[in-house]
Amino acid sequence: MKEFMEHEQGKNRREQPGEGQAGRPGVQPGSGPVIPPDVQLNEPDKQQYGEYVKQVTPTHSLGLQMLKAFVTGGVICCIGQGILNYAGSIGLEKDAAGAWCSVALVLASVILTGLNIFPQIAKWGGAGALVPITGFANSVAAPAIEYQKEGQVFGIGCKIFTIAGPVILYGIFTSWILGLIYWILGLAGVF
Amino acid sequence: METIVGKQSIQFQEAPHIVSAASVVGKKESEGPLGKLFDQIEEDPMVGQASWEEAESALQKKAALLAMEKAGSGVPPVRYLFSGDLLGQLIATSFGVMDLKLPLFGLYGACSTIGEALMLGAMTVQGGYSEAVLALTSSHFGSAEKQFRYPLEYGGQRPLSATWTVTGSGAFVLARSGGKARITGATPGRVIDYGLKDSMNMGACMAPAACDTICTHLEDFGRRPSDYDHIVTGDLGSVGQTILLELAGKRGYDLTGKHLDCGMLIFDPEAQDTHAGGSGCACSAVTLAAYLLPKLEKGEWKRILFVPTGALLSTVSYNEGQSVPGIAHAVVIEHC
Repeated sequence: MKEFMEHEQGKNRREQPGEGQAGRPGVQPGSGPVIPPDVQLNEPDKQQYGEYVKQVTPTHSLGLQMLKAFVTGGVICCIGQGILNYAGSIGLEKDAAGAWCSVALVLASVILTGLNIFPQIAKWGGAGALVPITGFANSVAAPAIEYQKEGQVFGIGCKIFTIAGPVILYGIFTSWILGLIYWILGLAGVF
Repeated sequence: METIVGKQSIQFQEAPHIVSAASVVGKKESEGPLGKLFDQIEEDPMVGQASWEEAESALQKKAALLAMEKAGSGVPPVRYLFSGDLLGQLIATSFGVMDLKLPLFGLYGACSTIGEALMLGAMTVQGGYSEAVLALTSSHFGSAEKQFRYPLEYGGQRPLSATWTVTGSGAFVLARSGGKARITGATPGRVIDYGLKDSMNMGACMAPAACDTICTHLEDFGRRPSDYDHIVTGDLGSVGQTILLELAGKRGYDLTGKHLDCGMLIFDPEAQDTHAGGSGCACSAVTLAAYLLPKLEKGEWKRILFVPTGALLSTVSYNEGQSVPGIAHAVVIEHC
């Protein structure tokens, strides 16, 4: 930090006569391209500036954020558990009840996204709202609403998964890898 | 009097006048500390259009027409437009000014665009290439978020260093005479890169550029910060201000008490939940039109250095791991 600031101070020094070519800053006789010394920082100075910026930039309180995420995520999961229990109580199989629970949460999240209520929940609850399936539903519904103006094919069609795409791709890819490991371990007689 | 000053500055011998100014803003801006000062408020974020981009174009057209109307019949007709915005390929500008049927110079300086427009316009008027020109710019929260970040309905949390894009448009008619303020000098800025990669902390990305332009300006003109009533940056926000004061201090210029930031003037961060401040091309343009310029016109202030700041990134450069360089253009505006 201190060194970085000394670097800044150094800039204010007056140019010495005969310094560089024709007295222009940053021009070394016979050396490469003409770059004034202070347009870009060198790597160590960049890092020091980055650290300095980190010091002066305020951040949200981590503890408070975690508490809010815990409450929000907890409430969403309790609602999910409630749906699951209700579905079970009316005689649905466990798998079918789970599917109904997911569908209900996704539907609620999409409707709340359309009404512009979900972004406010996510703003308050952070990962608590985004990590459950509700966040996934929001990340698909939001581009669908935004890009609808660019048409059904090139708008919604091409851009609906701009946020969720990586989750889908790497989710499937990871499950494929795990399946492969499971298969190999099965052949080796571990399972 | 020299026209070419110092390393990179310009001094206007017959300083062009800012004959009229217009500001059109959205609802959130109208609820901010400067709310009552703007010329027109657009309650509808879509401005009666079908998309954010068309809405932004409509804002530009409204501001341009209003500025030309306010200039009145005593001023020669505007011959050229200098305008730009944040959207890819300047679509807000090209579709917004089409109906004005005037020759256009399309500019991109990110959020510093109005500085570039004002100085190029002033050079055109001073050079005798036009009797009157219009400097214009716009930004829109919806179109900017869509292009640079996420769809509006996507849920997420913004860091405290993030700024809020101003929805609005500012327009200025420059001519050889008329009006109570004039552009006496300018220092176009260089692209400055201190290597930051955080697009949610644009104040920190742009502060080095603001510092470079301001210090170079003061050196070129042999002035001190005390020669100005205020040195007003565009959209550094609270984080950028802290850094600018520190960097300029280390270069021997104490800007404390002299520095204002349009982004910090336009919103109330607590009540309006805007975090570090306002941003976008319109941020500095509408603040100049509605707040700074009237102070100069009344003679309350004699001379300011207006320094709109821009962060030079695109989603492509950002995703490809490039840093976020900054640029700042300084314009000297004086009471007359």
